[in-house]
Amino acid sequence: MKLTAEEQAMADGKYGPGTQLAMQVLIAIGEAYDAPYMVPVTRTHVALSNQEADLWFAEKLAKGGAHCRVRPTVNPSFNPEQLNAICPVEAADMEIVQRTHAAYNQLGAIMTYDCTPYLERNVPRYGEVISFSESSATPFVNSVYGARTNREAAQSALCSAVTGVTPYYGYLLDENRAGDILVHVEAEMKSDFDYQMLGYVAPSKTGFGVPVFDGLENPTKESLMNLGAQLNTGGNVALYHIIGFTPEAKVWGDPFQGKKPKKEVTITQADLDGMQKELTAPGGKIDFALFGCPHFTIDQVATIAQMVKGQQFAVPFFVMTSSLTRRLAQKMGYFDILRAAGGEIVEDTCMDQPCWKFLYGKKGITDSPKCTYYTKRRQMEFVIAPLEECVEAALKGVY
Amino acid sequence: MAQTYTCHKIAKGKAKGELLFTKDPLCFYLIDPKTGKVIEKEHELYGQSITGKILVFPYGKGSSVVQADGLYQLQLSGMSPAGLVVESADTTLAASAIIFDMPLVNRLPQEFYETAKDGELAELDADGGTLAVQPGK
Repeated sequence: MKLTAEEQAMADGKYGPGTQLAMQVLIAIGEAYDAPYMVPVTRTHVALSNQEADLWFAEKLAKGGAHCRVRPTVNPSFNPEQLNAICPVEAADMEIVQRTHAAYNQLGAIMTYDCTPYLERNVPRYGEVISFSESSATPFVNSVYGARTNREAAQSALCSAVTGVTPYYGYLLDENRAGDILVHVEAEMKSDFDYQMLGYVAPSKTGFGVPVFDGLENPTKESLMNLGAQLNTGGNVALYHIIGFTPEAKVWGDPFQGKKPKKEVTITQADLDGMQKELTAPGGKIDFALFGCPHFTIDQVATIAQMVKGQQFAVPFFVMTSSLTRRLAQKMGYFDILRAAGGEIVEDTCMDQPCWKFLYGKKGITDSPKCTYYTKRRQMEFVIAPLEECVEAALKGVY
Repeated sequence: MAQTYTCHKIAKGKAKGELLFTKDPLCFYLIDPKTGKVIEKEHELYGQSITGKILVFPYGKGSSVVQADGLYQLQLSGMSPAGLVVESADTTLAASAIIFDMPLVNRLPQEFYETAKDGELAELDADGGTLAVQPGK
């Protein structure tokens, strides 16, 4: 790879071993993808996770004196103060949270603890070259905004945050952003939940590539969050287009860039219903309800508040969101309504964190397949249903 | 006589082990680090161990942190695969393999997919860009 003098200096260790390691990782990625050179990034988002590998790498960079040139926003950890009020947090889990926080803080990260940076605090513009990890964020910034990022790992995005550059390859190039597969959506697509199912079922039909959806009309921001999160969980889709809606299928006019689609597939209501049946645990008695994968928006919080005002949940009820949304919910009265019903709104927290141990072995309900995907490792079972049905089930204790 | 195929290095290193093929994309987080077995019930390899294998799969899946952590935990427990062969390498998988020193290659010729079989002994040299397979062993 052709490096600038500054990039070479980083690779040679002039800025210390942390920055050197970050640059060496990026060079290895660049060589793997035949990238000719590095390009500057203007935004980064790192999927901080508190997991052992995350802590190991962040501490290694921090101990090596690295400091972020392009300060990243970060993914949720868990909020010990708010969680402790729900269930005592174990000392070992507390320690990993504090160590991870310290390492990222030392690296100069912006400690947002939110998996929807594209809605607040880190919103890219069209064409901006960025480095975003977080499986639900990458498709959103690429597809909905038309910014340019590869499907970064938390670690490669952190390397770009430290060095301020990324190898020039993949989705940064015009030609790689062309659609591959035309997806005719013949399902009704009447709710945000339908987009969860569309996102989860589509990769099984399209395989590896850039899907172009036809038949979707004016999806809400929640629908788009759901679509991206599930496309990139059920499959490996960091970029998609929606004909007549997303910028590269609207402003440019032709999402296929003059090429013929490699294949065409059709997705029907039966496909979505079938996917839901395959993913969901059987109905019946439920033990808890958990939402916010990705973090809920204030509008989703409002939907719940309107449904439960003056009523009582039959089971523990949790909503995960950003600190900004939680604060908004307090100001707007939703927080008090949920609390009065027996629910909780927790900020800075992800379901894939060790703070939910008190729910292991129990059966929950949620609207997000992604929420249930990683719980295979946690002996948790989930009914998956549209938000409104979940809320009704939580009020009754039965789905 | 070993049959040698060319390949393209993504993450450096050498590895030796039995080939294990799957048509399904793979997420290392959904492999139990204690047993090395796939715990995703929809997966073709559900219940099978990937420990010590040269794993041949189409591409990685799962979110941007779990590939790295899955691989890291498998290495800590000594249950990791020996090497990885993919058709399409996404950045998440590539970065995880590079950081955790797991040999990873792509661009194997079609002949490899048509000829090589599960259980055959293979030697992967990512740096040299070769995969040597002992047919029937």
